[in-house]
Amino acid sequence: MADAPETPGWLRWVDDHRKWLFAAPAMIFVAALLVFPLAWTLYLSLTDAEGSVRAESDFVGLQNYLDVLTDTARFWPAVGRTAAFTVVALLFEVGLGMAIALLLWRPFKGQRWVRVAILLPLVATPVAVGMMWRLIFDPNIGMANRVLGWFGIGPQPWLAGQHSALPTTIFIDVWQWTPMVVLILLAGLTSLSDEPQEAARIDGATTWQRFRHVTLPLLMPTLTVAILLRGIDALKTFDILYATKGRGGGSFHEVETLNVYAYGLSFDYNDYGVSSTVLILFFLIIIGAMWALTARRKEAQR
Amino acid sequence: MSLSACGGGGDDGASKTVRVTLANHVWTDNIKKALPEFEKQTGLKVEITQLGEDQLSDQYNVKLNAGSADIDVMMYRPLQEGKLFAKNKYLADLSAQVKSGKDWDFSDFQAGPVEATTYEGKPVGVPIITEQEVLYYRKDLLAKAGLESPPKTLDELKAAAAKIKAADPSVAGFVARTGKSAAVTQFSSFLYSFGGDFVDGGGKSALNSEAAKQAYAYYGGLIKDSGPANVSTDMSWPEAMAIFTQGKAAFYTEANSLYKNATDPAKSKVSDTVGFAPFPAGPAGSKPYSIPSWALGINAASENTDNAWKFIEWATSKEQTLAQQKSGVPGARSSVWANPEGTSTFPEDLVKAIAASEKTGVGHDRPLVVKVAESREIVGQPIVDAITGKDAAAAADTANAAFQTFLDDEAK
Repeated sequence: MADAPETPGWLRWVDDHRKWLFAAPAMIFVAALLVFPLAWTLYLSLTDAEGSVRAESDFVGLQNYLDVLTDTARFWPAVGRTAAFTVVALLFEVGLGMAIALLLWRPFKGQRWVRVAILLPLVATPVAVGMMWRLIFDPNIGMANRVLGWFGIGPQPWLAGQHSALPTTIFIDVWQWTPMVVLILLAGLTSLSDEPQEAARIDGATTWQRFRHVTLPLLMPTLTVAILLRGIDALKTFDILYATKGRGGGSFHEVETLNVYAYGLSFDYNDYGVSSTVLILFFLIIIGAMWALTARRKEAQR
Repeated sequence: MSLSACGGGGDDGASKTVRVTLANHVWTDNIKKALPEFEKQTGLKVEITQLGEDQLSDQYNVKLNAGSADIDVMMYRPLQEGKLFAKNKYLADLSAQVKSGKDWDFSDFQAGPVEATTYEGKPVGVPIITEQEVLYYRKDLLAKAGLESPPKTLDELKAAAAKIKAADPSVAGFVARTGKSAAVTQFSSFLYSFGGDFVDGGGKSALNSEAAKQAYAYYGGLIKDSGPANVSTDMSWPEAMAIFTQGKAAFYTEANSLYKNATDPAKSKVSDTVGFAPFPAGPAGSKPYSIPSWALGINAASENTDNAWKFIEWATSKEQTLAQQKSGVPGARSSVWANPEGTSTFPEDLVKAIAASEKTGVGHDRPLVVKVAESREIVGQPIVDAITGKDAAAAADTANAAFQTFLDDEAK
């Protein structure tokens, strides 16, 4: 068609760049919500901003990073607590979650009610959960010590103890979040086809062998997703810790993780520069952990 | 959206809506009840945002940092945030306003509280609630232990607490705040009564003074030896008050402004046996803090300052202060304290304790610095160390060095 109407210039431009144009709203949205805060935090981490972010502040280069990375009083213990909290909580959640998911996998009578009961902690608000356990674990008037008393065990300090506080918060986290792991694993299990299982059974494989060599490898992608989601969440835990131990993670910083520390730096100390530095470092740690997990997964797939 | 594009009335276009942010407090409940009267009088509309103490601080940190104009009147803690807010220029200068009303009478406000709401010679807030530390005690437990009157000195308090705890280990002799930061304010009266202070006359840290070391050892030791079993080091007033009002402690040192929690039968199991006494005397006498705990200020970024001031003027008027005080909230107006009606609803022994405290009281209950939260964690460390049985003197030395660094840092 030689005499096709001439397309106006701007329309041709639109046509040539349409992939950018159509994606633009989403990209602008992401930029506004993700890139800007991140860039701002990065900028603040290079300044000595304190008191008010509108107050004058000086560019101090990497001084904050140097200070934070050499801080063995608050920063490194907080890193240690964050790691301990995440690893221990994750181990229990995945272990228990797997066991419960396998139990709920096969249909049985009253299955629906059992599932609902097990998933209940998941729907409760973490702050409410924190307050509830705080009451239960109160050393003087709490339920936990009364129950222990029936068995002749003396009262325990639980959340009040300098060394028992972190394990207690891990327990609360496990109580609340194991159901989420169950939910994800159960979804994975239900989507598995029965044929490999049957084949293995006919070949005379034991229950353990079937789990180890059939179910687990097939479930691996789902398991990785569960570990990733739960792991990142556990790293960032704030609500439970804040609700049970308050600001600074208790008087001896017993449960002060990186998140609680950064919160205290900006909201109690108004040290926005240092706080941003901790947050950037924390962000890098999370990215590093994610990368390590997904890299292993890719390797396993190869 | 209450941005008034055209007011029509010809005034400066200020909104008819005053946005007020208040803390959870009996004071706030009273104001909310009285609000319709103010709205009818002035034709203004008042929008109240009400938050817990910590959430309130966070809210201010976020909004004022951003220069937000959507807070007009703010309730704040002069000793906790006053210096920081004033330094950041969050608080409007009220010099002109406080002189404007004849009946309102700024000179009626007590001098100590006014000093705490003044920054660089200019009033930036109006004090609304005042506090002194007093001794809460259980009359029945005292009688049972054969004591006729509440302890007048810290030595007597220690002996009485030990005696009561020994008689029945399930009831603590003494309870008080134990959280590192929360305990600082209530510990301050012990510090002053031993003859110490956080900072000496020359602006240097004084935490390692003999008096301070004794005070740390006394406070921590009293809780460790005569306090509740398995005591937590996270207690602020709600937790400590709960132990006292559940009947699990004989003595409790706390701010008088919280007394309703102990005397209200709905909240307290010991409402009919609780008594109040002035803060026991130490080697330096009885020196409780006597401070303004809350004040009202105007956000410097507000575009509605005239109406904001109208609200403050009403909320801090003589009538409102009297009404507040009758419902148990101690105010900052001398005329209301002088008025017999102003103290008619307070327990008689509490009125006496307050009168005694006001004479000898100290005008601060925490270090007077800009970064108060950080300083409280430093000066509070020896308290929790002493409670958990560590050496109080050594902890005070460590804290002293840290506090000096902090003060040097702030002076820069």
